[in-house]
Amino acid sequence: MTEDIFFKSIRELAALLGSKEISAQELAKAYIARTSKLDPKLGAFLFADEALALEGAKRSDARRARNESLGVLDGIPLGLKDVLALENQPLTCASKILENYKSPYTATSVKNLEDAGAVFWGRLNLDEFAMGSSCENSAYKPARNPWDLERIPGGSSGGSAAAVAAGLCAAALGSDTGGSIRQPASHCGIVGLKPTYGLVSRYGLAAFASSLDQVGPFGRCVEDAAILLGAISSYDRKDSTSLKVQKTDYLAALSEGGLKGKKVGVPKEYFPTGIDKEVRAAVEKSIETCAKLGAEIVEISLPHTELAIPVYYIIATAEASSNLARYDGIRYTHRSAEASDITDLYYKSRAEGFGPEVKRRIILGSYVLSSGYYDAYYLRAQKVRTLIRRDFENAFAAGVDVIATPTSPTCAFKLGEKVSDPLSMYLSDIFTINVNLAGLPALSLPCGLSGGGLPIGLHLIGKPLDEKNLLSAAYAFEKSGNLACAKPAFANIEKF
Amino acid sequence: MEYEAVIGLEVHVQLRTKSKMFTDAPYYFGAEPNTLTDPVVWALPGVLPVLNFEAIRKSIKAGMLLNCDIPEVAKWDRKNYFYPDSPKNYQLSQYDQPLCLNGGVEIELAGADRASMGAHRTVKLTRIHLEEDVGKLTHFANDSLVDFNRAGTPLIEIVSEPDLFSADEAFAYLCSLRDSLVFADISDCDMEKGQMRCDANISVRPKGEHKLGVKVEIKNMNSMSSVKAGIEYEIRRQTDAILKGQKIVQETRRWDAELGITQSMRGKENAHDYRYFPDPDLMPVMISQELKASIRKELPALPFDLQRKYMQDYGLPYSCTSVLCHERELAEYFEECVKHTKNAHAAANYIVNDILRELGALSASGERRAAVSQSGISAKNLAGLVNEIDAGVISKQMAKDVFAEMFKSGRSAAAIIEEKGLRQNSDSGEIESFCLEALKGNQKAIDEFKAGNVKAINALVGPVMKLSKGKANPAMVLETLKKLIK
Repeated sequence: MTEDIFFKSIRELAALLGSKEISAQELAKAYIARTSKLDPKLGAFLFADEALALEGAKRSDARRARNESLGVLDGIPLGLKDVLALENQPLTCASKILENYKSPYTATSVKNLEDAGAVFWGRLNLDEFAMGSSCENSAYKPARNPWDLERIPGGSSGGSAAAVAAGLCAAALGSDTGGSIRQPASHCGIVGLKPTYGLVSRYGLAAFASSLDQVGPFGRCVEDAAILLGAISSYDRKDSTSLKVQKTDYLAALSEGGLKGKKVGVPKEYFPTGIDKEVRAAVEKSIETCAKLGAEIVEISLPHTELAIPVYYIIATAEASSNLARYDGIRYTHRSAEASDITDLYYKSRAEGFGPEVKRRIILGSYVLSSGYYDAYYLRAQKVRTLIRRDFENAFAAGVDVIATPTSPTCAFKLGEKVSDPLSMYLSDIFTINVNLAGLPALSLPCGLSGGGLPIGLHLIGKPLDEKNLLSAAYAFEKSGNLACAKPAFANIEKF
Repeated sequence: MEYEAVIGLEVHVQLRTKSKMFTDAPYYFGAEPNTLTDPVVWALPGVLPVLNFEAIRKSIKAGMLLNCDIPEVAKWDRKNYFYPDSPKNYQLSQYDQPLCLNGGVEIELAGADRASMGAHRTVKLTRIHLEEDVGKLTHFANDSLVDFNRAGTPLIEIVSEPDLFSADEAFAYLCSLRDSLVFADISDCDMEKGQMRCDANISVRPKGEHKLGVKVEIKNMNSMSSVKAGIEYEIRRQTDAILKGQKIVQETRRWDAELGITQSMRGKENAHDYRYFPDPDLMPVMISQELKASIRKELPALPFDLQRKYMQDYGLPYSCTSVLCHERELAEYFEECVKHTKNAHAAANYIVNDILRELGALSASGERRAAVSQSGISAKNLAGLVNEIDAGVISKQMAKDVFAEMFKSGRSAAAIIEEKGLRQNSDSGEIESFCLEALKGNQKAIDEFKAGNVKAINALVGPVMKLSKGKANPAMVLETLKKLIK
């Protein structure tokens, strides 16, 4: 088996499985072998259950032998960000506080993949409780960027992006609260999609900020993201914010719309002076490509863009301070051995169990909700959130189909570069956060490489529940270049 | 100077629903600890709340019963605080948009005596909101254990205005609230089982003053009698303190039922900051006109309204209606009875005295009295018995045996009378011959009666009844005897 197999699209792998050129078990074994060789250097996996993957693959082979294949995902090894519950598997959220915790139930989005025959390979690394933009906040180990091991893969779903990019799983799920899928996808040169809020059930996703969190796919091409989105999206009565929408065949719709005749909005606020020159050049060139593919390019304004960061860090931390209160040392989380009474038990268990960034956000969130400060912070932030949402509504009402921006203001930075400067770390999400505040679908796809050989991502934002056209536009763009399924430097196993 | 107390009550009532407030896990009283749980109850990572609509219906029903305004939209908020009985360390509750606003609870104050109705007044309500209950802690010397069975069960909090002025009024308020909610099948309201809990805000001010005094919250009053005793004590404590020139401090105090006193729990400076904010996992509840109409159809009449109706329509005495209207099943049983008899008075007396006595005998002491549905006598059959007596078919004396047989067998009065040949003898010829027989050899009684001792005639009735094997119509016997003696 050549290395190429790890860089094939899901459809290509499905064809190989279908024609019996390879069995699901052989495929799983290949991924297991590759992961055990490469991951010690990459740090994308927090835990990997070989037996689980092999059993899943065996069942898939049995189905195929009976001509009962469940479809394109049957037998495909997929990774899960370690915030998504899978029965009997660890669910640590990359936190010490959940070190020995196993979930007794499966998340709806994961169950949907299971029902499609997917094979689960690995619990993938992240910033603790999805709080961070570099994967350096993992309590266990940092994940690294397969394009340059000195650099971060992005975050918080850094492990998912790195694993897919390095060919350690075929595709993966992540979660996106302020850019946690799109920013690492951009840094690792793959496709990452954050769906419309409510399209994918949050049941079984350990909550960071409930009104912003969405589960979404990582794929090495737009088609893979479309396949995964089609599988995971479903109405779920267990999630009261789940939307009752008809199942869409995103894969079939890919070649329907394209960019021809589409109006692509380019918001001037997303090209500030501080942005990396190479990133700007690549994104501007991409916009020209869109024009060549038949799109009409219009400059638009999203005037409240600069308020995104403060609004986000009020709303997200407020919700997080409450969501993370359940990790208290009483029922299933780490309990301090030193505690003398109940208050002390809370203090010490949480002090020992949470890392510094999580603590920072819990303190910030508790503060903005405190009596006397609520109106000035939380309530005001909610009002501004409405204005931000309205900015997008106005743009779409004016006929814009898709909005194009950079995903991140820079390429992947070096490990340790921003650890001591939370504010500059927060700024790396500046182009992705507003999408969560507005509940919109958006994706990042590769649009070029920097001079230093680092991937650059193009960020496309769609109308609510218009994933079909968003994916189709991205697909048209992707076809015009040759960046899909790219192999990063680290892919060459012999080199390391 | 004279002082008066001003009291506001916060009453928590557990709703009677099959499953919990935000998950399908079941709830009932008395299960093994931590068996009525699921991932949502444990607040495991990733779980989300799903609204139990039955709890919404029951809360709105409570609100309608108590004349509250029902808004079009209600929302959910998180009340954040750490405590081991709270799995999420926040409670889902309603902060500024509850399900019910305003309204009132009609109370009855003590009458001149047990037989007469006391004065009625309506106590104003502020709001009723719905929230989830917490688990239960048990403390031991070195450990504390927590049982999450109760965690997440639906609970309504009924908040009154500071509109009660004595411990008796507070007691009357609780009684009325309990009767109304039990009547409407909203809750069983058993304080011993924690299905109804009451905290009181008490302040004292000079009589005639409008401004409220400094308020003290009293917790841990775990029975109806504790509520009364706790409030009485606290009013006395505050009044005494004021009379001594001391200042009342705003605080939360705990009622100690054994010592019979309240003790400080925490001062105002230690009051929690609950950091309320809207819950992002739940959508606001939209309350449609259709929903309200369908709930309104299920509303029963309130106990006080029924009582007035029974007194007016059937001329029942107050004391009898107090018993009948205390329980919805009894009232319904009575109403079924009067569909089949015109003698409502007799039917009511039978229910209040005989039926309740027999039901009481069915259950062991200390147990809850058996329900009227467990009576062997259906409402229709009880009416039948009343009708047989009224028609003179059996005497009241004979009716006692018939009643006992009916309760045991579940058969109708007519069937028992027929089978046992209990039909009363009203044949004037036969009765006259029994009477003539009895008069023989009873000259003493005859003389006494003639001398004006009316009661002496009873000595003659006995032998007549004996001769007739107990079946002679007693009224006819008396009349015939009197006629014959003259």
